Amino acid sequence: MSPTNRTVVVTGIGATTPLGGDAASTWEGLIAGKSGVKPLEQDWAADQAVRIAAPVAVEPTEVIPRPQARRLDRSAQFALIAAQEAWKDAGFEAKAGEDPNVDPDRLGAVVASGIGGVTTLLDQYDVLKEKGVRRVSPHTVPMLMPNGPSANVGLLVGARAGVHTPVSACASGAEAIGYAIEMIRTGRADVVVAGGTEAAIHPLPIAAFGNMMAMSKNNDDPQGASRPYDVARDGFVLGEGAGVIVLESAEHAAKRGARVYAEAVGQGISADAHDIVQPEPEGRGISQALQNLLDRNDLDPAEIVHVNAHATSTPAGDIAELKALRKVFGDDADHMAVSATKSMTGHLLGGAGGVETVATVLALYHRVAPPTINVENLDPEAEANADVIRGEARKLPVEGRIAALNDSFGFGGHNVVLAFRSV
Amino acid sequence: MAATQEEIVAGLADIVNEIAGIPVEDVQLDKSFTDDLDVDSLSMVEVVVAAEERFDVKIPDEDVKNLKTVGDATDYILKHQG
Repeated sequence: MSPTNRTVVVTGIGATTPLGGDAASTWEGLIAGKSGVKPLEQDWAADQAVRIAAPVAVEPTEVIPRPQARRLDRSAQFALIAAQEAWKDAGFEAKAGEDPNVDPDRLGAVVASGIGGVTTLLDQYDVLKEKGVRRVSPHTVPMLMPNGPSANVGLLVGARAGVHTPVSACASGAEAIGYAIEMIRTGRADVVVAGGTEAAIHPLPIAAFGNMMAMSKNNDDPQGASRPYDVARDGFVLGEGAGVIVLESAEHAAKRGARVYAEAVGQGISADAHDIVQPEPEGRGISQALQNLLDRNDLDPAEIVHVNAHATSTPAGDIAELKALRKVFGDDADHMAVSATKSMTGHLLGGAGGVETVATVLALYHRVAPPTINVENLDPEAEANADVIRGEARKLPVEGRIAALNDSFGFGGHNVVLAFRSV
Repeated sequence: MAATQEEIVAGLADIVNEIAGIPVEDVQLDKSFTDDLDVDSLSMVEVVVAAEERFDVKIPDEDVKNLKTVGDATDYILKHQG
């Protein structure tokens, strides 16, 4: 292959999510159809219209030493935990340079979040108001900057080829992985640590999303609240956590004998130019992203057997995505088993693309796709357009090459579709 | 009542332990904040603010650069505490 169109593979995975403190426990929860949603029991939650969320299963301060944790926004803590796991999982023993198998000048990091260090920003404003200027933490700026998680992951692994932070709301994590694929494909790097993270369970974002009518107010049934494709869906449930993968040129991975989870085939990107928050109801922008994916990559719709959908459990968005899949793939959509894993993890905003890429890659690797839970009455428009996996995990074909997609869309009209393939 | 030298060192040891995770017994008069105790320039600002509050003393920014060791800080606090 030419040096500007190199094959890219996934060699490491890591996560910390509402279902578990690592990728293995997260995957176990997804396949078992577990919900990570809980009632919010903090004092501030009493006044909120939305009193449910999906917090991480393992508090980051149980993993990261306190002196380090107090200088990191919660979103950066999640990113570091997931990146550390992915880095080790890829078989690297130390940071680049110290581990002779990776050259720091050929290593990148691309980790994104939708909102950045929002809890740091708001907490330090509280400190300013209550205790005065002198008490504002000198670590505030590196903690709140949206490139903080990516920069900290870059420091962790010793990345010198470039550290980036694409921001596109809930598509941020997927856009980060797409950017990383391009860095390797075009020859800028041999290895890139990439993913998404978010930590926004705080009264202000919850009040704000709640007032947009974007979130479920099904406070009486936390575990049943996130119900993509169900007729009674009434909005998303806010989740938190991170998903990070190690991407590598196939050549670099082969040279060091790395285990390969899947090929990262490529990305399709578009923008709606329709509305700042509403999805285009027929999924025109999503269709364009899917078409771009097919036009720009070596991918045959016949091999796609699974889609990890964006499906956040909002009335309009869930259906627009399925219409786009049907429009672009036609009859091939019949053999694409669709999972909405946000039914279990909640919506991790900028972290979603990272965690759902981990789920998509593991689905190909284990050849089993997680279910969508809480679908009691499937929306007829979903049924007409797609094969939604409900209730229980479904086995994928055991023979031959299979491919899967991970969709992510963000406020602002950002559409990112990633494709992976079994090896 | 003004703190004694011993009380100030113990107080600084608590603060450095909280901020940098250094064991309290390692925080001694001859130790340099940056070279021995993992306190970088941003964390030094935190140490100063915590010490100001604990010992009722004002440490202006221009004086902070002279506080290289735990002994320097202890002497400064002994001299300036309220």
